[in-house]
Amino acid sequence: MQDMSRITELDLRGEVCPYTFVKTKLKLEELESGEELKVILDHAPAVENVPRSLKNEGHKILGIEQKGDNLWNVRIRKA
Amino acid sequence: MLGGFSEEQIRRYSRHIILPEVGGKGQKKLLSSKVLCIGAGGLGAPIIEYLAAAGVGTLGIIDDDTVDLSNLQRQVIHGGNVGKPKAESAKQFVNNLNPDIEVKTYIERLNANNVIDIFKEYDIVVDGSDNFATRYLVNDACVLTDKPLSHGSIYRFEGQVTTILPHKGPCYRCLFEHAPPPGMVPSCQEAGVLGVLPGIIGVIQATEVVKYLLGIGELLVGRLIYYDALNMTFDEIKMRWNKQCPVCGEEPKITSIQEEIYGDVCRI
Repeated sequence: MQDMSRITELDLRGEVCPYTFVKTKLKLEELESGEELKVILDHAPAVENVPRSLKNEGHKILGIEQKGDNLWNVRIRKA
Repeated sequence: MLGGFSEEQIRRYSRHIILPEVGGKGQKKLLSSKVLCIGAGGLGAPIIEYLAAAGVGTLGIIDDDTVDLSNLQRQVIHGGNVGKPKAESAKQFVNNLNPDIEVKTYIERLNANNVIDIFKEYDIVVDGSDNFATRYLVNDACVLTDKPLSHGSIYRFEGQVTTILPHKGPCYRCLFEHAPPPGMVPSCQEAGVLGVLPGIIGVIQATEVVKYLLGIGELLVGRLIYYDALNMTFDEIKMRWNKQCPVCGEEPKITSIQEEIYGDVCRI
């Protein structure tokens, strides 16, 4: 049984587009369908770009939270 | 390391990984694939160049020729290497472009004795040869060993390209049963060739190889693209499996690779 309550975290502070998406995508490929991933971003354009690209690939954006001046958490459920 | 990729690989292959049809999974498939390139000449140059860039992990390169100044009008990977064996020159190019690629060179002529052993090592064969003897040898060996084949050939301003999945579609002999008699078709040396022509055909071959390895899209199986650079037309010719085909027909006459069928005499 896959533990669906497990949340994997990916810290992408210091990373810019398009690698923010590329790395998020690679991390998601390691997860099972339905698992949750939390991505930490500090590159403002990525906060729009990453969720948009992920939605295009069918993943679900569970939430985008601003945690500081230049700090965001994006929560994703893998398709 | 993320998904088995180094930081450098993530950057190098990012434009592939971004594609939904490729992703990290597809890129890994490419990196673990083995492709044999027959010839490192006009067609071989773009084939080798793009397969190496794409991250096809192992490239076999067979060519017994050396780089001549007259090659550089179209063979874009051999700059600065006049006089060197083409296979070695190609390897040097690949090493500079992408250190992920392992290159195996064969500085010899493909023949009836070595073809089966060499083909064994690879997932797919790309024919960039310039003569009928090799072309038929490659086709027959691919059919007999069930090896996918990308065929390309060029002449002056025209080129043709098709993909052969043995026993799933027609082979080269289904369309052209035998080579024209020696001397009937002039060689590149006599006929001339537009320098950009092999670029177009070779890159289509590389595209087919990458698609095959990734398992995406529609391959040129049962279809031959005929390209005319002067009129800038791409025509598609339907190819059918020939029941009487000497190698993949119902009662094949060619059931093993015998030297006398190919020889080395009609090197055109």
